[in-house]
Amino acid sequence: MHEVGLMRSAIDLALEQVKAQGRKKIHRIDLSVGELSGVGPDALMFAFDVVSKGTLAEGADLHLTTEPTLCYCTYCRREFHPMSWIYACPHCQHLSNDIREGKDLKLVSLEIS
Amino acid sequence: MCKEGRHREEHREILHLHRSVLDKNNQAAEKNQALFYNLLAINLMSSPGAGKTTLIQKLLEQTQFRTAVIVGDLATDCDAQIIRQIGIPTIQITTGNLCHLDAESIAQATKKLDLESLDLLIIENVGNLVCPAMYHLGEDLRIVLMSVTEGENKPLKYPTLFKSADAVVISKSDLAMAVDFDREKAMAYLSQVVPQTPIFEVSARLGQGIEALQSYLAQALRAKRPSLSLST
Repeated sequence: MHEVGLMRSAIDLALEQVKAQGRKKIHRIDLSVGELSGVGPDALMFAFDVVSKGTLAEGADLHLTTEPTLCYCTYCRREFHPMSWIYACPHCQHLSNDIREGKDLKLVSLEIS
Repeated sequence: MCKEGRHREEHREILHLHRSVLDKNNQAAEKNQALFYNLLAINLMSSPGAGKTTLIQKLLEQTQFRTAVIVGDLATDCDAQIIRQIGIPTIQITTGNLCHLDAESIAQATKKLDLESLDLLIIENVGNLVCPAMYHLGEDLRIVLMSVTEGENKPLKYPTLFKSADAVVISKSDLAMAVDFDREKAMAYLSQVVPQTPIFEVSARLGQGIEALQSYLAQALRAKRPSLSLST
């Protein structure tokens, strides 16, 4: 699986920021995991312990939040959160292919000192 | 409370970033996209053994496009050898343990190709229905392949990858009867998971459905490069 690689990218990004600020330690990392990102939160947690070892992020609290999928219905011209993998608009039942959110894995914030 | 002591202990602060973890890959993909300005780049994805290499072979046997292929596998260059046999320049990327191709690996591979002289670049991704979904390579079209031997419900099981597709190809259609493939069911699932996405049914072995896919690619190439003149 690719969670180890993704976690390494996340930590690299975090370390870059901390060093740019001239700080010494990361206490907390907040990541947002898109429902459609194809990333498993458990696998990310596991990868974090391995990848953060020996870095300024070792021992930090890792918080994951799920970013729900957000679709756009071209008929109703409004956004909606689909209830399943079938992206049917709750108002008109038309199926949507227009995905606005939920694909990304984002580094939201860091608590540093 | 001892103010001084607390200060000595540490001064914590929150940094708000909101940065994509895939920023680096996305930036490399954008650079690739710029390099591909004059050609059509295809990212072909499926599970292992769905028939990507055979499909590429059939698509390119009588192509009028100047084409190159990049093939990703964990090990060996078996697939590249097959495609080279029909005279197509092919670069093999062996990823070692990596389960997908990323934009940087494509950037490295394309250094070995004369992109200016190409119409079409087909990238055969590592056989995997999960990880390649997240990694953009700078492609124009993402094509997902599912073979009839895998069953009808692949789109339901791996919606993330299917939903990232610009087109879906159902391969090995000549084997449908032998494996009790329920075509109606497959089409119903696809229309739910990927509404509005074009579906192609092909048998690379019998050459069925290949022309339709070739026309689709030709149309996409013409849309990208309107000055293109082809014999058909």
